[in-house]
Amino acid sequence: MIAFSADEWRISRCHSNPSILCLRALVHAATVLMITLPAFAGLGEEVSSVQADQAHIQGTLRTTQKPSYTVHEIQAPTGTIVREYVSTSGKVFAVAWQGPWPPDMRQILAGYFGQYQQAAQAQTSSRAGRRPLVIEQPGLVLQSGGHMRSFAGRAYIPEMVPQGISAEEIR
Amino acid sequence: MMTVEGVRLRRTIPNRLMIVAACGAFLFTVACGGSGSHSSNTSGNSGSNVQAISVNSGPAGNYANGAFTSVTVCAPGTSTCQTIDGVLVDTGSSGLRILSSVLTTSLPQQKASDGNPVVECLPFLSGYTWGPVQMADVQIAGEKAGSVPIQVLSDSDFPVPSACANNNGKSQDTLSTLGANGILGVGVFVQDCGGACVSTGPANPEVYYECPASGCVVVGEGLSQQVVNPVAFFSTDNNGVLIELPAVSSPQTTVNGSLIFGIGTQSNNGLGGAKVYTVDASANFVTTYNQQPYNQSFIDSGSNGVYFLTSSITGIPVCSDATFFYCPTTTQNLSAINSGANGGASGTVNFSVANADDLFKNNPNAVVFEQLAGPNSLSGFDWGLPFFFGRNVFTAIEGHTTPGGTGPYWAY
Repeated sequence: MIAFSADEWRISRCHSNPSILCLRALVHAATVLMITLPAFAGLGEEVSSVQADQAHIQGTLRTTQKPSYTVHEIQAPTGTIVREYVSTSGKVFAVAWQGPWPPDMRQILAGYFGQYQQAAQAQTSSRAGRRPLVIEQPGLVLQSGGHMRSFAGRAYIPEMVPQGISAEEIR
Repeated sequence: MMTVEGVRLRRTIPNRLMIVAACGAFLFTVACGGSGSHSSNTSGNSGSNVQAISVNSGPAGNYANGAFTSVTVCAPGTSTCQTIDGVLVDTGSSGLRILSSVLTTSLPQQKASDGNPVVECLPFLSGYTWGPVQMADVQIAGEKAGSVPIQVLSDSDFPVPSACANNNGKSQDTLSTLGANGILGVGVFVQDCGGACVSTGPANPEVYYECPASGCVVVGEGLSQQVVNPVAFFSTDNNGVLIELPAVSSPQTTVNGSLIFGIGTQSNNGLGGAKVYTVDASANFVTTYNQQPYNQSFIDSGSNGVYFLTSSITGIPVCSDATFFYCPTTTQNLSAINSGANGGASGTVNFSVANADDLFKNNPNAVVFEQLAGPNSLSGFDWGLPFFFGRNVFTAIEGHTTPGGTGPYWAY
């Protein structure tokens, strides 16, 4: 589905309660990445703004260059893949995920996490039921589906999607 | 309406406890403990492996396309039992989960090796369930899973870790947020998490926690400690389930059917002419729509509609207020092709998408809708409960042998 560039970085694997050694490895990894390529950032953010998140994901990073945007793909040790779509102006206009477990939504939605939570809570209908989560608001589109051990979804900011890009490319 | 339902629930629980006590755990039969307030089985199917299910508005009173049943839980090895009705039958997950607010029977808490209570955070689509892992004998129809871990849903017994809330949206630990008194996960997996949760490194998806007074921390949870599909632990009829529901040609208030345990183990659960659709390691198969294959598609009785793709791909507008349903101007008659993840069986599915707003408005008391559909994501089709109407659907459990091969698979 997505072609990868040859560049690939292994990020140190650390977990909850990182040790000093682990932290040192992360700092080293983050430093290398800061110099060599933009790090992972949340939705709506500057790609260069969230170096700390690089450590949070603890995975394998690949980048793919498209004519009007760049895809940064990180595979977490849990197997879940997160892709961030970065415009030529350096802003993350979309994120997508796929894998056995949901990603850290607070991290990948960043400043939009509150809007996501509010919209998810506010979803009402005369009929209740369990179903995929779909949010379509002027400033945020989010679709999240799947089942136990298989989750997939995406979120994007419509007005930030570069012209000529079809929403179907975000996946 | 929900308040009224809640009062009704609390009043009826003691009655059920008395009934169960009168029947006794050793004389457990369908007539004794298997029936909830909604049970009546028009399919005429009966037997020790047959549990009545009913598609109705559920304990919250407003659920659309939910298949509910009752489940009896007992303190392991005792006749101290409680039958809980309004439990959603979910082939999209594995494990029994019961609201703490309806559970009056005291069950033993599972403890980690250091003695701390084990508590689970399980992600679902738009939220998570949180609460302690407790041990229970699980009895359904004439079947029994002895001393298996279940999840008791509560936000208040243990504080919800921020990682649990951050990953997964909102908690679904109350009647109004879950829409049911519990979830009976009878999907293809034996455990809800599996090998990933056994590890203690970064590959652990942070589902199981141990919760000392100082706060909850992620813990590696062995396979035999994880919350499990109780069917896999029945002494017989333990290789899967068959769900039988009649066709629903127009919106209804109640539709009755059967949850039948075992595949090819009794005269009432043979595969017959059903085709076997294999699934991949993530329990997905392939649905092809407009010549485009979507390989993260699945069958799930716990989804309350046929959810597929997005409005931009299907060309079907979403409803103006409830953007999670499709609202075409006229009912759309569509078809797609399902095929096994590993090749093999393939078959066309015809389905219809009606205007959800009109369905609800024109049928104010109905909660059973064959043509309820909505958007999903780009990953594919979520064949929810309407797929089961008029179709006998088998769900085979991983690693279990059946006349149709070893699970996991779906057959219909």
